[in-house]
Amino acid sequence: MKPHITGLGIVTPFGVGVDPYWTALLDSTNGIGPITRFDGGKYATGLAGEHTGFDPRDHLPARLLPQTDRVTQFALVATREALDDAAIPDGTYSEHASAVVTANNGGGFEFAQKEMQALWSRGPAHVSAYQSFAWFYAVNTGQISIRHNLRGAARALVTDDTGGMEAIGQARRQLRHDCELVLAGAVDTNLCPWGWSAYTSAGLMATDPDPRTAYRPFSPHADGFVSGEGGAIMTVERPDRAGARPAYAEIAGFASTFDGVARDGRGLERAIRVALRDAEVDAGDVDVVFADGFGTREMDDREARAIDAVFGPGGVPVTVPKTGIGRLGCAGSALDVATACLAIAKQVVPPTPRYQLSDAASALRVVDHPAPGRVHTVLVLARGRGGFNSAMVLTKPHTELRQDNGRTQ
Amino acid sequence: MGLNMTGKRRVVVSGIGVVAPGTPGRKNFWDLISSGRTATRTMTLVDPTPFRSQVAAEVDFDPASCGLTAAEVARLDRVGQFALVAVREAVEDSGIDLGLGDPGRTGVVVGTAVGSTPALESEYVRMSGHGSTWEVDESKAGPHYYDYYIPSSIAAELAVEVGAEGPVSVVSSGCTSGLDAVAHAVELVREGTIDRAVCGASDAPISPITIACFDAIKATTPRLDEPERALRPFDKSRNGFVLGEGAAMFVIEELESARRRGAPIYGELTGFASRCNAYHMTGLRPDGVEMAAAITAALDQAGIAPTDIGYVNAHGSGTKQNDRHETAAFKLALGEHAYRTPVSSIKSMVGHSLGAIGSIEIAACLLALQHGLLPPTANWTERDPECDLDYIPVRAREASPEHVLSVGSGFGGFQSAMIISRSGATR
Repeated sequence: MKPHITGLGIVTPFGVGVDPYWTALLDSTNGIGPITRFDGGKYATGLAGEHTGFDPRDHLPARLLPQTDRVTQFALVATREALDDAAIPDGTYSEHASAVVTANNGGGFEFAQKEMQALWSRGPAHVSAYQSFAWFYAVNTGQISIRHNLRGAARALVTDDTGGMEAIGQARRQLRHDCELVLAGAVDTNLCPWGWSAYTSAGLMATDPDPRTAYRPFSPHADGFVSGEGGAIMTVERPDRAGARPAYAEIAGFASTFDGVARDGRGLERAIRVALRDAEVDAGDVDVVFADGFGTREMDDREARAIDAVFGPGGVPVTVPKTGIGRLGCAGSALDVATACLAIAKQVVPPTPRYQLSDAASALRVVDHPAPGRVHTVLVLARGRGGFNSAMVLTKPHTELRQDNGRTQ
Repeated sequence: MGLNMTGKRRVVVSGIGVVAPGTPGRKNFWDLISSGRTATRTMTLVDPTPFRSQVAAEVDFDPASCGLTAAEVARLDRVGQFALVAVREAVEDSGIDLGLGDPGRTGVVVGTAVGSTPALESEYVRMSGHGSTWEVDESKAGPHYYDYYIPSSIAAELAVEVGAEGPVSVVSSGCTSGLDAVAHAVELVREGTIDRAVCGASDAPISPITIACFDAIKATTPRLDEPERALRPFDKSRNGFVLGEGAAMFVIEELESARRRGAPIYGELTGFASRCNAYHMTGLRPDGVEMAAAITAALDQAGIAPTDIGYVNAHGSGTKQNDRHETAAFKLALGEHAYRTPVSSIKSMVGHSLGAIGSIEIAACLLALQHGLLPPTANWTERDPECDLDYIPVRAREASPEHVLSVGSGFGGFQSAMIISRSGATR
């Protein structure tokens, strides 16, 4: 039983929904710019992939707004989108066999900064009652389960930037046991001063102030990443669930590994090999690799070595769709899985926005323009700071291929 | 062999490490909870005077005497220090040489509800000038700020410590994290992804922001007199929980490989299930239906009947709402047998350490099986008509159950239930 991904809920700097994201990606539109939510000029990096037009009142009931951080608002919006995309009306699923698994990096951090300020500048009596649940790492899982009456085994994972993919991998595990439907994935935002400084002070972000060139993985000029916000939540279903719609893709294989002390890229190589074996596919079957694209020379070199080791130098097309929006924390890996689903459904390999082929720092065959063609098997890679690696293999479903967001029905 | 009745690989616990309120160490923890003494006291880690609730269950923790180096103390917040000390005790206890096997077959799963919140708060206070500005001064950030921001750094620390190169993760589902993290590791061993794991949970939440947020919803007790009797699970006079801290970590292994190396086996993790109440982020349905559903599903996975349960380690947080909810859930899931089953809450003695407590309670269950002694509910003196089960008041009770149940309940609506069985009980 290979689980099906049947609905996608996407929030990116280009807005809410699949279409604005996919269109911008194929056009290599740049979603990176100066931060507007606070004074980015006060920090080592002032560029981000920010969703500037997001107004939660357009999407959510008023009572939810004061009790939720922006990250939870993204999560609720993305979940609604995913259920709608999969044509799963609320209440049509078995509630105890339907569950939520999300990943998080910082929780409701902007909310927490406001309450920290209230506490330290005005005193404990000024801390909101909502602080007790608006910050913690499980907040998105809890709020989604309540809003959609999903009462099965809930989980929240934290594994740095592999988190979104780990959540989808956990969904597959739960579908093998006692679930028939899992809402899985992650959204993330670090766009408040307190959260932002956790990244800038770590010294890993690009300091190039030009939004067109700041984030360029696999370039000899790579000097760090740009952070973005948004992510993807998706419906992952047992294919035999009553009423299940045709899928974007099947989750064919998944693996996670830890680098250990060596930190030489072999942990990622191992994740790739285990995921391919789990999917029962050979390296030669893989049509495209969605790379993690960390954006520092050292991390890019390690990833290129891992890909070369499995596929041979230049042995497989490689794309990094996130270069147009930045790394979305734990959610980037979930969005990459969603993007792979779209690539399979539309039979197009999306480009690495703004990648200059002349700029190649490795033997990787980086895709710089949309490439229509056979996309049956996609390998998606993710890494997290500290030594986390994940790899997922997505394949074209054996049932009739879903076209154009399922609107053929 | 090595498979349980559903055909899955069987998973046992071969090592336990505990850092609990009072003196760190597994033996000190057991001495405390088996004697019925309590470790709740007027807070010392934070000046309690501005707060409604001023009691906490604190660990008397000296990092150096627990074997931590200056570098470890410098890079880890208290939550990570607890976890590391507990892992070292668990690995030593199990006698396992993790360097012998394929490191890719070893995993690490850590539960934590609030991670490095105290360190984050310190960073905030420094960078914002005590909250005087919205923009913060990044030049005042400490060198480990990012690692405090994302608690997976704690799992990474432990993975490097034990040389694990399999799946490594943090499970952070609030107050059920300690049960869910161990269950997550068990799933990985059962499905064959790994053969052994270091797993458990840690939390060290006692800091102004945590105290203030529980004050704001009146979840913690306002009782100021008798701090050692502040947390009174299932008692008529209960009025909230006491914030605690600590860690419990385990070495778990696939049964056959544990037997081959002659490992000490504390017990087998035979069943687990969790549910969400989809009701309210902090509220509970009074009927306990989701917790009951989790218990029933966990019993099914273990392949046992409600009447096989000989002890229930309750969530028992000592709030009006929780203890009523939980009592209803036990009756729903266990039927008449609920009235014959001893139930206790060790939170009466060690407080509520949020995500860590689920693992600390697993440790209590395993040690209860080993010693043939059920830890009591301290401070229970007066029956509440809505809580009418046998709560093992005040004094530990001798008993040798084959199967015990441990449950947890947390914000977000999460309800988890785990069945822990005497090794060989299901053979």
